[in-house]
Amino acid sequence: MVLTDTPAKLVYERPEALGTTVTHYCPGCTHGVAHRLVAEVLEEMSEVGNTIGVASVGCSVFAYNYFDFDFVEAAHGRAPAMATGIKRVLPDKTVFTYQGDGDLASIGMGEIVGAASRGELITVVFINNANYGMTGGQMAPTTLPGQKTTSSPTGRDVKRQGYPIQTAELLSTLEGSAYIVRRSLHNSREIRRAKKAIRTAFEVQKKGLGFALVELLSTCPTNWHLTPVEARDWIEERMMPVFPLGDYKISSAVADLKV
Amino acid sequence: MPAKGYIEVNELFCKACEICVTDCPFDVLALDMERLTPKGYHPAYMVNPDACTGCGICATVCPDAAITVYRYDRKKAEA
Ligand SMILES: Cc1ncc(C[n+]2csc(CCOP(=O)(O)OP(=O)(O)O)c2C)c(N)n1
Ligand code: SF4
Ligand code: SF4
Ligand code: SF4
Repeated sequence: MVLTDTPAKLVYERPEALGTTVTHYCPGCTHGVAHRLVAEVLEEMSEVGNTIGVASVGCSVFAYNYFDFDFVEAAHGRAPAMATGIKRVLPDKTVFTYQGDGDLASIGMGEIVGAASRGELITVVFINNANYGMTGGQMAPTTLPGQKTTSSPTGRDVKRQGYPIQTAELLSTLEGSAYIVRRSLHNSREIRRAKKAIRTAFEVQKKGLGFALVELLSTCPTNWHLTPVEARDWIEERMMPVFPLGDYKISSAVADLKV
Repeated sequence: MPAKGYIEVNELFCKACEICVTDCPFDVLALDMERLTPKGYHPAYMVNPDACTGCGICATVCPDAAITVYRYDRKKAEA
């Protein structure tokens, strides 16, 4: 039991920037981990009061209820356009979008490519969970070959439905992209690496070095029909071969950045 | 060996996903099948508190930021 007679020091607590609202996310969904990392990073950078988040359409549509700082909600896929406008009018603010793979890589693919090509000084937190979570687990551009979803009930057939889009690789080819990496949220080691990447992506914006995006492999236990613990294994065994973790674009200015 | 640390689970946030239970390297945690949270989940709790090192892995993996981690300060206690 807790030893009340021995002094103890606090080593970790829930970040204040996360607020106190219980999320609607399913048990074990790593959207929650991504939210926490963003809140921790902004607190550590003392940027909480200076940040404007742009929520997207998808399970994270209520993100504005879960962060205790300014937030707006964009039309489906249009978060990068909204963030562009906010950042250009208020260049001293820290502006980020939080988008799922249906939002960013399907209906919003044009917007994100445009924002990256223009080198917009925004940060993008991109959640890749290989399906459309909110609407009931339909096939997304990121759905794996052979993966069963409600709209590919016999498995994604690449001859008919094409191959998954590797967003980080694709955006890394654009000159305006300064920092493009892929990380995962499936264990404590990778979560720590993901946090460091999110920190770097916000530092890139603070220093005005260009467009920054962190793609995060994230679980959707509900629509994958797995337990939260099995879903993490599924990331490692099934998603990581198709979406390898790594640094896809580190501009020379970002390489010199000390985080 | 006495425990080096302890954790608290905020039962408002815990959704019984069991990720902390699986990932604790010292098998400290379990779901409490005798109790329910206000949302109707069986909360995580320290079933084996003596083994806790205060490493914080459970808090790192918790998707609902439900866990607070403490480490005992025995030097201070002796001083
Ligand atoms: C214009 C428009 N088209 C379609 C939809 C339906 N819709 C809602 S969320 C969503 C996709 C969400 O998937 P994703 O971005 O991967 O987020 P997740 O829910 O998986 O976190 C779709 C297609 C919509 N809300 N608006
Ligand atoms: S449907 Fe999937 S992505 Fe959405 S909250 Fe549930 S587990 Fe998370
Ligand atoms: S702090 Fe470490 S040892 Fe203690 S319960 Fe959490 S994971 Fe287990
Ligand atoms: S990881 Fe968090 S939400 Fe899941 S069982 Fe443990 S304390 Fe509860």
